Amino acid sequence: MTAALIGGAIIGVAVSLMLVFNGRVTGISGIVSGVLSPRKNDISWRILFLLGLLSGGVLLRFIQPEAFQNASNNMGLIDYAVAGLLVGFGTLLGNGCTSGHGVCGISRLSVRSIIATIVFITFGVLSVFIFKTLRGGV
Amino acid sequence: MKGLISFIVGLLFALGLGLSGMTQTHVVKGFLDVFGNWNLNLMGVMIGAIAVHSIVYHLIKKKESPLFDSKFHLPTKKDLDGRLITGAAIFGLGWGWAGICPGPGIVSLVSGDLNIVVFILSMAVSMYAFKFYEEKFLK
Repeated sequence: MTAALIGGAIIGVAVSLMLVFNGRVTGISGIVSGVLSPRKNDISWRILFLLGLLSGGVLLRFIQPEAFQNASNNMGLIDYAVAGLLVGFGTLLGNGCTSGHGVCGISRLSVRSIIATIVFITFGVLSVFIFKTLRGGV
Repeated sequence: MKGLISFIVGLLFALGLGLSGMTQTHVVKGFLDVFGNWNLNLMGVMIGAIAVHSIVYHLIKKKESPLFDSKFHLPTKKDLDGRLITGAAIFGLGWGWAGICPGPGIVSLVSGDLNIVVFILSMAVSMYAFKFYEEKFLK
């Protein structure tokens, strides 16, 4: 679990910088949504954040190439398409995802975020259970 | 300066996701596979991130404003409505099905994997659809 803890701590530092300097919650779904339908003077920081994510991804390809190796063999393109639809709609309807609710909101002891996180983890567990039952593996 | 901070936050965030295993769909699905080969490792990501951020939040919550902006932009909603619960449930179903949430999805675009590209495009289309739905039915 050490790698996960260290990775998590780095994420904690990142979202803390965003709050201390820019006064913003680092919620990825909200940031993406704000790029898709931008408001005046509220887009450049979002684009730069996303460019940061992609640059971090490029860096990872050098320092941790296994970060992009996947062992899920039971997935087709249609699965990714359907999952993307659910994630896009669900995160906007519920005002957040793993980062905004799961990390930032819980850290502020927001009751909404705590409830949302319990619900999306529960339904994530249910989804994996259904997937495995239908496909015979993750 | 706000832009530079955002870029650095994005970069660090991506590194944290990659180092912790969040960009590997089988690791995420393993964490959600409670009734099978449950891999609790990912719990470390939330513990690490929340431990650091809750301390920082506690230290600065009395401050009037952040360093580079005139005010904090924090959510003010308090109500536990059906919208929050339904949205979180729909998101959870998608997250579990593919093992990808928005952050790791965007970071993984650099792998050039067509599956990831389809996931992100589909997510963006769905976000547009939501905005249309929201305008029509939720306002």
